[in-house]
Amino acid sequence: MKIVVCVNHVPDTEARIKIGADGKGIDKSGITYILNPYDEIAVEQGLRLKEKFGGEVIAISLGGESNKETLRKTLAMGADKAILLKDESDRDSFSVAKALSDNLKEINSDIILFGKQSIDFDNSQLPGLVAEMLNLPSVSVVVKLEIENNQVVCEREIEGGHEKVESRLPVVLSVQKGLCEPRYPSLKGIMAAKTKLIEEKPVISNSKKVEIVSLRLPASKGTGKIVGTEPTAAKELVRLLHEEAKII
Amino acid sequence: MPKFKSVDYYNFDSLLTEEEILIRETVREFTEENIVPIIEDHYMKGTFPMELVPQMAEMGMFGATLLAKYGCAEMNNVAYGLVMQELERGDSGVRSFASVQSSLVMYPIYTFGSEAQKDYWLPLLARGEKIGCFGLTEPDFGSNPGGMITKAEDLNDHYLLNGAKMWITNGTIADVAVVWAKLNGVVHGFLVEKGTKGYTVPEMKGKHSLRASVTSELIFEDCKIPKENIFPNTSGLKSPLMCLNQARYGIAWGAIGAAMGCYDTALNYALSRIQFGKPIAGFQITQEKLTHMLTEITKMQFLTLQLGRLKDKGVSRFQQVSMAKRNNVYHALEIGRIAREILGANGILNEYPIMRHTANLESVKTYEGTHEMHTLIVGEDITGMSAFE
Repeated sequence: MKIVVCVNHVPDTEARIKIGADGKGIDKSGITYILNPYDEIAVEQGLRLKEKFGGEVIAISLGGESNKETLRKTLAMGADKAILLKDESDRDSFSVAKALSDNLKEINSDIILFGKQSIDFDNSQLPGLVAEMLNLPSVSVVVKLEIENNQVVCEREIEGGHEKVESRLPVVLSVQKGLCEPRYPSLKGIMAAKTKLIEEKPVISNSKKVEIVSLRLPASKGTGKIVGTEPTAAKELVRLLHEEAKII
Repeated sequence: MPKFKSVDYYNFDSLLTEEEILIRETVREFTEENIVPIIEDHYMKGTFPMELVPQMAEMGMFGATLLAKYGCAEMNNVAYGLVMQELERGDSGVRSFASVQSSLVMYPIYTFGSEAQKDYWLPLLARGEKIGCFGLTEPDFGSNPGGMITKAEDLNDHYLLNGAKMWITNGTIADVAVVWAKLNGVVHGFLVEKGTKGYTVPEMKGKHSLRASVTSELIFEDCKIPKENIFPNTSGLKSPLMCLNQARYGIAWGAIGAAMGCYDTALNYALSRIQFGKPIAGFQITQEKLTHMLTEITKMQFLTLQLGRLKDKGVSRFQQVSMAKRNNVYHALEIGRIAREILGANGILNEYPIMRHTANLESVKTYEGTHEMHTLIVGEDITGMSAFE
């Protein structure tokens, strides 16, 4: 089975984000980047499919030189090969999907896995766009997966319940937390990753359709208010929650 | 408590390779998710967290510098050191387990063992399916191991082993012991397997330190040791000392981890603890303490990294290992005590790791060569005069 996992290099969940000087991007200095946590689940699922059916796992990422850190982690976890679509320009989901699908066409894989969203811009658009561009079926927010004789059975998380769907390989899936627990890269895997190839490919087209106009941080939280410390203050607290904050 | 962040005041990471950083981050995540949540409970109960062993093995933490053909990660000494650092940020007992398995059991089998011994034991030990321990110290021979009284006699079809070892990490849970004993007056290494008749391993109780680690006595009463269980390639007392030199190197790194854990806890506490209307981090005495801790940690990092680089080039000397072990454990212990002061009464509670780290470091200061012996080893190296022999 030829398995492709598309991975993104995103700021650490604990990173303190500052807006960059142009007001349209973030200030990247001092930020630690990680493999997007949902994509990590996709990598794990890819490795489990390989362990079951044989074949190879190819990780692919679009971005700058530093995306290699994330690709290196996928190799350390056990991916066989990595491809960096090298491009530093700012892209929208459509142009990323276009660049990815142009390359994915050549790879001709049985299954393409994504995390359900990247935790940086949260667009959740790539899996659907890529599936459309490749004319493949897609299933989103997958929490359970079974594959037998090209038949794909997925469970999706939906509001208030689960939905079971069927499709066929080749397919594009976006995975959700709960599908599987990502493994730690083994120390042996990390050492072996050194010798695995990260293939760099240039990407020419940047057919952006959406432009970022501005970025701003959410308003900072106001200071707290202490109503009082005696039991009698409880009544006043309830009144304020009811009349001012209007939350009870 | 906030997630542990790397202590890196001098851009230390710029001296590490991408693989070394990834190895450290991976073990840090393992420690954060698997050791930190359970360790206080084990420590209070005085039990070793055996449940960690399969995953540590799976990740390749045992014998990590040895050859891939034995199932090992074949990484360099700096990466191995960083693994020890991160494990000890969890607990010295967990790091001790990995140190013993790697440096005191797998290393001697690898270095002094026969091909058959290597082929049989190393993969099993790397996979954590078998646990090992190392018996050198005796009740009456600690700093002076050459005086050991444990002895082996050659009875033609087997060796007969008699004697006792003490302060042996992993002893009671070990499947195999690397035991050093005198044969015709010369120190030799033997593999003693669990279940050997006359071999008993009572656990030592009543420890106030390294409580999440098993410490045992090894007692040999007319134990028949098969001929093939002697190490063919040893050369007297130098051989066990070579093993200790490996383990001490890991301890030098481990102490940095314990120190970082204490510093990080104290810093976070100082920033959030309010007295006289402001965080205690704003007071001069607290700042002096934090500055001293961070300075010592930073010095330890560079001392130990350079030692690792020398070791990777094969040019490190055992006296340099002594200096690093001596310095790092001494200052880690000092940092533990200062951190406890910053936390005041809260510092003694097991809600924080400080008292546990500090109590552990009291053992670490003494084991694998006492602070005093390492002082004299370096002293002899400087002056050419031995103060102990």
